[in-house]
Amino acid sequence: MLERSVRAWALAVGVGACCVAHADATGYGIGTPVTGSALAAWNIDVAPDGHGLPAGSGDVAHGKAVFAAKCAMCHGAAGQGGIGDRLVGGRGTLASDKPVKTVGSYWPYATTLFDYIRRAMPYNAPQSLSADDIYAVSAYLLYLNGVVPESTRLDAKTLPKVKMPNRHGFVRDPRPGTL
Amino acid sequence: MKRLLPASAQRRRVLGGLAGGALLAPVLKPAVASAAAADASPALLAPAPWTLTPGDPLVASPYGMPSPAEHNVIRRLARKPAMPGSGSSDTPLQDLVGSITPNGLVYERHHAGVPKIDPDRHRLAVHGLVRQPLLFTVDDLVRLPSESRVHFLECSGNTSSEWHGPSGHPLQFTHGLLSCCEWTGVRLSTLLDETGIDPSAQWVLAEGADAAALTRSLPLHRILERALVVYAQNGERLRPENGYPLRLFIPGFEGNTHVKWLRRLKLIPAPEMTREETSKYTDLLADGRARQFVFEMDAKSVITRPSPGYRLTTHGYYAISGLAWSGRGRITRVDVSTDGGHTWREARITGPVHDRALTRFEADWRWDGGPARLQSRAVDETGYVQPTREALVAVRGLNSYYHYNGIQSWRVDADGEVRNA
Repeated sequence: MLERSVRAWALAVGVGACCVAHADATGYGIGTPVTGSALAAWNIDVAPDGHGLPAGSGDVAHGKAVFAAKCAMCHGAAGQGGIGDRLVGGRGTLASDKPVKTVGSYWPYATTLFDYIRRAMPYNAPQSLSADDIYAVSAYLLYLNGVVPESTRLDAKTLPKVKMPNRHGFVRDPRPGTL
Repeated sequence: MKRLLPASAQRRRVLGGLAGGALLAPVLKPAVASAAAADASPALLAPAPWTLTPGDPLVASPYGMPSPAEHNVIRRLARKPAMPGSGSSDTPLQDLVGSITPNGLVYERHHAGVPKIDPDRHRLAVHGLVRQPLLFTVDDLVRLPSESRVHFLECSGNTSSEWHGPSGHPLQFTHGLLSCCEWTGVRLSTLLDETGIDPSAQWVLAEGADAAALTRSLPLHRILERALVVYAQNGERLRPENGYPLRLFIPGFEGNTHVKWLRRLKLIPAPEMTREETSKYTDLLADGRARQFVFEMDAKSVITRPSPGYRLTTHGYYAISGLAWSGRGRITRVDVSTDGGHTWREARITGPVHDRALTRFEADWRWDGGPARLQSRAVDETGYVQPTREALVAVRGLNSYYHYNGIQSWRVDADGEVRNA
């Protein structure tokens, strides 16, 4: 009953009700209200449309330097892989006996690069790169994969517009009903 | 990837005692112990030293540990991790009975190590397309109405070693990314009743507080009533390697969606296409396309005893024992074959049958000393029948890695050795 009443209420009022006090008579009143600005340091995810991308920019040349200093030790000098994943090459191999899944051959969205590098890379110091550095490394990896030209500079507006080669390579799970 | 030497194969367990069948030879003990037992039956029946003197005091071990004799029942690495904290360890299914996995043996899969989280500082943020974003402490969650449910947890990469045919690896390394616990926590819907849900919210992004800050997008309305934010497993708080102090639990879904060290749930209109749902955990098909958002782990089973590493030492009766499970509901039937799938007979279910949980089965077998092929086949309440490897490969090809649930075959040779071949 509780669930139904609260959810019906939410459906009826929608986002417009953002200012209603939390202590709703039908809820448990547990949990502390928090503002978007207080959550900013955690709220670092990036959507495919670019939502969540920060200010800043970076180009291929700077990305090459950042990659050599921070990434190459695991991913190889040219992104060919090492103890870290291979990041470059593999275009045209996905239907072969030896598919090579990389940023260039497999990843459907360029925004994923920014999101993942920002939250998890480099492995030994996650969340240590600046927004400019992350844009730059993203540009460099896309350049190494032949996705963007060497003159590329990426920012919050241009990164989501990068057309990834395998953008339409994914299908929804058809199960159940088939293996 | 290079596999380490299967350590469990070195500590062979013997089924059936030694030839000649010493009456008191304890089955399921290492061969050395059995040999000693066979030679010394009269001595065994004399009062033992531990009978003739008082034992250890109370709370000699404030948190109890298994008998030292069971020191080989441990998690193991099937392959060397690229980084010390990025990889997986496997549950020793070959040594476990019943359907509950002890907390210290639950398999591990981490992307950037196990964080040391101060529970007093930990917060869960629920925000995004909600009426009122809220922060919850661990104590807040414990105050709320709870549910305890028994469910399996299986890594989507479990048994990927068998896509190309029998790998030769023992059970721990073929199926050990699988565990089952009683999980206790709060329904996701209870938390979202507190925050309210904007009608435009269709997905929820779950994020961990570990150094990978691992994220997955999950279909909100499919998991709303099913998912729990859990703080306990098997009656005690989560172990650090299993998400302490909070993890998401989505019964039946692939393991990586049960985000550990959960710090954030963000309601969103569409999936974020994170690295773990594009680059990883997608199923590449033969035509080069890949299935994405493959969540449910379909019905599967495996014989745990005998399995590779066991040796049958005498002819006669053995109870074949195994586990069956399905991410879509309860197990309704398990069939067992001893002739490689030519003939099947129904196994007994020997324990509780929970929704989306490991279910123990047994089948009687008399080994006549000839070669045999032991297989099991699970059926769940949706009518789904566990497929053969060949049927899986026919649909998904050989480039897939995740979500393998083919029928597993163990070969018993005339010398009693059990092999994955």
